[in-house]
Amino acid sequence: MLEQYLPVLILVELAIILAIAFILLSRLLGPNRPASNKLGAYESGMDPIGQARDRYSVSFYIIAMEFIVFDLEVIFIYPWAVRYQEFGEGTLWAMMLFIFILFLGLIYTLKKGSFDWDTEHTATRKPRL
Amino acid sequence: MESANELLTILPVIIIGTAGLLVMMVDAFTENSRTAYWITVLFSAIGLAVSVNSLFGPTGTSFYNMIAYGGTAAFGAVLVMTGTLFSVMLTREYLEKTGRHIAEVYSMMLFATFGMLVLVQSNNLVTLFLGIETMSISLYVLAGLVKDEKKGVEAALKYFLLGAFSTGFLLYGIALLYGASGSTFLVDIAATDEKGLIYWAGVALLLVGFFFKVSAVPFHMWTPDVYQGAPTTITAFMATASKAAGFVAFILVLSRALPDVRAEWSDVIWLFAIFTMVIGNILALVQDNVKRMLAYSSIAHAGYVLIGFAAATGAAYSAILFYLFAYTLMNVGAFGIVAYYEWNKGLDFTEIKNYAGLGYQQPLMGVLMSVFLFSMVGIPPFAGFIGKYRVFAAAIDEGLISLVIVGVLASAASVYYYIRVLVYLYMKEDEGAQVTLVKPGMLYSVTLVILAVLTLYFGINPGSLTDLLLSFKDAAY
Amino acid sequence: MDTYVHLVPWIIAIPLVGFFVNGLLGLAFRSYRDMKTVSGIIATLAVAVPFLLAVYLFLMMQGDSESASISLFTWIQAGDFTTDIGYRLDQLSLLMTLVVTGVGALIHFYAIGYMAGDESPWKFFAFMNLFIFAMLNLVLADNMLLLFLGWEGVGLCSYLLIGYWYTDMAKSDAAKKAFLYNRVGDFAFLIAMLLIFQTIGSLSFDAILNGTELFTTDQVFIIGLLILIGATGKSAQIPLFVWLPDAMAGPTPVSALIHAATMVTSGVYVISRLSSFVMMSPELMLLIAVIGAFTAFIAATIALTRYDIKAVLAYSTVSQLGFMFLALGSGAYVAAMFHVVTHAFFKACLFLGSGSVIHAMHHVEHKLHEEGKDVHFDPQDMRFMGGLRKYLPSTYMTFLIATIAIAGIPPLAGFFSKDEILVMAFNAGLGEYGAIYFGLWALALITAFMTAFYMFRLTLGTFHGSFRLPEKITEAAGSEKYLHDSPFTMTSVLWVLAALSIVGGFIGIPNFVVATFTGTADVNLLSNWLDRVTMDAELVLSKPVEWMLLFGSVLVALSGIYVAFLLYGENDPETQDNRIAARFGALYQVWNEKYRLDEIYEGFIVHPTVRFSDRVLAVFDIKFIDGFVNFVASVVRFTGSVVRYFQTGVVQTYAVAIVLGVIIVISMLLF
Repeated sequence: MLEQYLPVLILVELAIILAIAFILLSRLLGPNRPASNKLGAYESGMDPIGQARDRYSVSFYIIAMEFIVFDLEVIFIYPWAVRYQEFGEGTLWAMMLFIFILFLGLIYTLKKGSFDWDTEHTATRKPRL
Repeated sequence: MESANELLTILPVIIIGTAGLLVMMVDAFTENSRTAYWITVLFSAIGLAVSVNSLFGPTGTSFYNMIAYGGTAAFGAVLVMTGTLFSVMLTREYLEKTGRHIAEVYSMMLFATFGMLVLVQSNNLVTLFLGIETMSISLYVLAGLVKDEKKGVEAALKYFLLGAFSTGFLLYGIALLYGASGSTFLVDIAATDEKGLIYWAGVALLLVGFFFKVSAVPFHMWTPDVYQGAPTTITAFMATASKAAGFVAFILVLSRALPDVRAEWSDVIWLFAIFTMVIGNILALVQDNVKRMLAYSSIAHAGYVLIGFAAATGAAYSAILFYLFAYTLMNVGAFGIVAYYEWNKGLDFTEIKNYAGLGYQQPLMGVLMSVFLFSMVGIPPFAGFIGKYRVFAAAIDEGLISLVIVGVLASAASVYYYIRVLVYLYMKEDEGAQVTLVKPGMLYSVTLVILAVLTLYFGINPGSLTDLLLSFKDAAY
Repeated sequence: MDTYVHLVPWIIAIPLVGFFVNGLLGLAFRSYRDMKTVSGIIATLAVAVPFLLAVYLFLMMQGDSESASISLFTWIQAGDFTTDIGYRLDQLSLLMTLVVTGVGALIHFYAIGYMAGDESPWKFFAFMNLFIFAMLNLVLADNMLLLFLGWEGVGLCSYLLIGYWYTDMAKSDAAKKAFLYNRVGDFAFLIAMLLIFQTIGSLSFDAILNGTELFTTDQVFIIGLLILIGATGKSAQIPLFVWLPDAMAGPTPVSALIHAATMVTSGVYVISRLSSFVMMSPELMLLIAVIGAFTAFIAATIALTRYDIKAVLAYSTVSQLGFMFLALGSGAYVAAMFHVVTHAFFKACLFLGSGSVIHAMHHVEHKLHEEGKDVHFDPQDMRFMGGLRKYLPSTYMTFLIATIAIAGIPPLAGFFSKDEILVMAFNAGLGEYGAIYFGLWALALITAFMTAFYMFRLTLGTFHGSFRLPEKITEAAGSEKYLHDSPFTMTSVLWVLAALSIVGGFIGIPNFVVATFTGTADVNLLSNWLDRVTMDAELVLSKPVEWMLLFGSVLVALSGIYVAFLLYGENDPETQDNRIAARFGALYQVWNEKYRLDEIYEGFIVHPTVRFSDRVLAVFDIKFIDGFVNFVASVVRFTGSVVRYFQTGVVQTYAVAIVLGVIIVISMLLF
């Protein structure tokens, strides 16, 4: 019973071997000239060492969340699209509705200023509290 | 057309979902919270009417058996919609008077209601999980609605963390049950032949997930913090609609998915019912804050309801449904009055000593508070009495005498903290903070009066409702 | 009657609606509180419309119609025990409904004028409507429990209305007294209900009356005794009658409606309702008769000595209720109900007439104050009255008619009903315990004499002679110019009631009166009407004996009136009373001091109870009960504070608790 998982095991082993090989090869073959910029965190990334309580713009999170939402939307759409012939035409409208609801969400976040990077402008759009 | 008919079986869900999106768009484009409020009231009323109507309709399943409709599920929708409609009606004036009226409240309430409606109609563990999560996430947001208030934000964070924690258990339980039975449909789980370790672990974790949602002791600890921190009318919403939805789903799962292992889970619930009643009541006794007291009292009420689950007969389930209905009416009412006193003074006005002598200032509010509190104690002729009585009677029929004795003693003890509020309202005239109460708006009073009248009506004439609930037996169990 | 029974809920609901309309409008709108006439009219309509419905039912209903029940909904269901909110329409309940709504509507109408000077009559009228609602529940209920609800409801309304002017301490004390004495009776009534349920497993009248054979005679006696105690509380009989005279502290329409015409007759109604049940125990019947006769006698003797006109009427009411109980005990349920009806007419008329007098005297006092004279007198005291017939002609005439009626002069209403009671008491003397019944009959005859006497003493003292206020208080000289009769709205009611007092007796003309001339006769409408519902004792007397009794009672009444005229015709009642007091000596003293019953209750029941409570119960309460409660409370508080310790507010603790719970659940299910 377990033998049918053999290809998976082989794949896992290959992946591990390759990963180690690449790291080792680049270490051995590539030039190594470190600079402070090059060692720092890349663009929106965080510094992995140091205080955990650093402050950074909340916009990162909002964008990330919205990305995930639409990413997941695609995950739903793929399997549906693959078997669309079987499901029939009615499901097209169901999918449209699904996309429409997400679209409304997008409009909402847009209106609430989640894509406005200009902090001062964002402040004026804050909901009344 | 088959699919159109299927849509009708989830009509309340559609109505509430549409309303939620509509309110969201109103907020995005106009930020007019009044419009949002009226849309919400209108759609909730329609939703309530539709779900009441469906009580008398057929029962069955739809959407490839993912959804159950009619019977218990329909009454679950009625419970949820009742809680939602009345707490929404109270919310506007309270939030306006405390300067926090924003339209998002309504869309979040509607989305939470959406989740609850899915939850009470679920016939499959996946639908169930979908409902619970939609509901919970909206509630997390609602709890922390007031961003510049520390307590609320703290409560929301706690709620979120613990909620996620318990969701983990629930999800794990669902996964294990799927592993044991090969299906997530409730009926298929009931048909599991091999009840091994995986099966039992799945049942246990599922129970834990529900215990958290209905805040049974010791899974209750988030409740007082959240109920106290959230805006009061939102607390009313959380304490009634979401709890009722949780309990109804609990009925569905226990009666449909786990009927033949009743003896086993009944024992577990027996123990936790005792924990919940005893601890809930004891902690309510020592509270000096009315909102927190009501939070503990709602835990205690969950304990009484769990007695019905321990009995687990058709009569017991119908008694639970009646209890939940009475509970919804009187709790929304009581929180509504607390909210009213609160906005007259400020947000820290929920300490009981500040209530001294207020009963005379606005006699109507005082009388209504008395009605709700007496009903919570379980004094006839209020609905709370009938609910408690029927749950206890069902348990006695199943021979759970000791459990009922604990229940009766606990509710005897509960008299102390409920009546204490009335003692302050009426008998301690001079000690309180001197405030002049301003009459609430017409709609606010009318809402509370309707709740009180219903509390009284179903206490005097419970017959028709209990007959209806008993007739659900064949459909749900 | 099945066709019409659906009207019954409306009869009951309309007064309730009236209560809510007046109560809620009055609570909600300040401006409504000043619309006194409007609230009065609404309240009157809320009683008059049910009266019209009842009249309609009456016209549709035949004497031999079957009773019909209507169940609105199941009220309580517990195991085998079911009680509906259900109403029963039969001849008896319809008769009571007619009296309650008919007399009630008249009194409501009268009260519009009477309460015009009050600050908040909306509240008064709301309570009055609530009373009618409760009373209708009492008389129309088809089971004991609903009847008991109405029973308690009328008690509550009586309490609210006696203490209506609650700022006066004496009045609110009187309200409390009435309530407490009623509670004693209610408690017995409640036990009776439980015993009935224990025996036959139901509380509906159908089940009780059809299942009388399920009770043993002893059970009937005990249950009947308890019901009787309940009835003595509500209907002011020995030993619980002392609250009724004090209850006169309420507004006069209340005295007329509740404490004369309707509520106090509910004890008579209940026993009539259960007639076939009560009849099973001759001892019980005897006891009822004894209580009735002695109450009638004792109350009449006290009434001889009173100067407060309402107090005379109050004791007279107690006495007349005693007659009704005597009738019940003699097995004459028809006669008892007959007297309930006629008594409602003439006693309501008397009370409202006295209200009119008090109104006039109040007015005098008020005007004297306006003149700047500091005169204080009791407007109910007849020593300050006299000669009022000149100033209050309508009141005088109606009052006189009602007095003649109560005295028992043919052909006015009181004559027929009282005579029937005496005949039936005599009749009972030929059955079991005959000697005692003869004694009671003799006592009742003496009481009838005294009734005629004290009622005419009252009328003469109030309306005849000269106006004594200026004689007693010199400052009030010339005050008779302020005396005037009541407005038409009030006197019209008096006239209607007086007319009813004249003709009301014709519904129950004894058969033998006509039969003497025509051979056989069937003219007693009331008897035919109630035939199916109550179970009367058989009349065994021959016609000559009946005629003799009839003339005897007329003679007794006339002699009572004659003596009254002789003594009080034109004289000051006080001087005459002093002469009587001198003649009777200690006996009069006893009457005047009301048999010291209040003091006896005070000394033997209240005081020892208070002392016992103070010395023993209070100590027990403080040391043991409180000690135990405090112990429990401190244990609970301690537990609370310990458990609270875990409610730290730190989320990690919460998670630990959850994990503990998970461990418990899993270990219970897995092992």
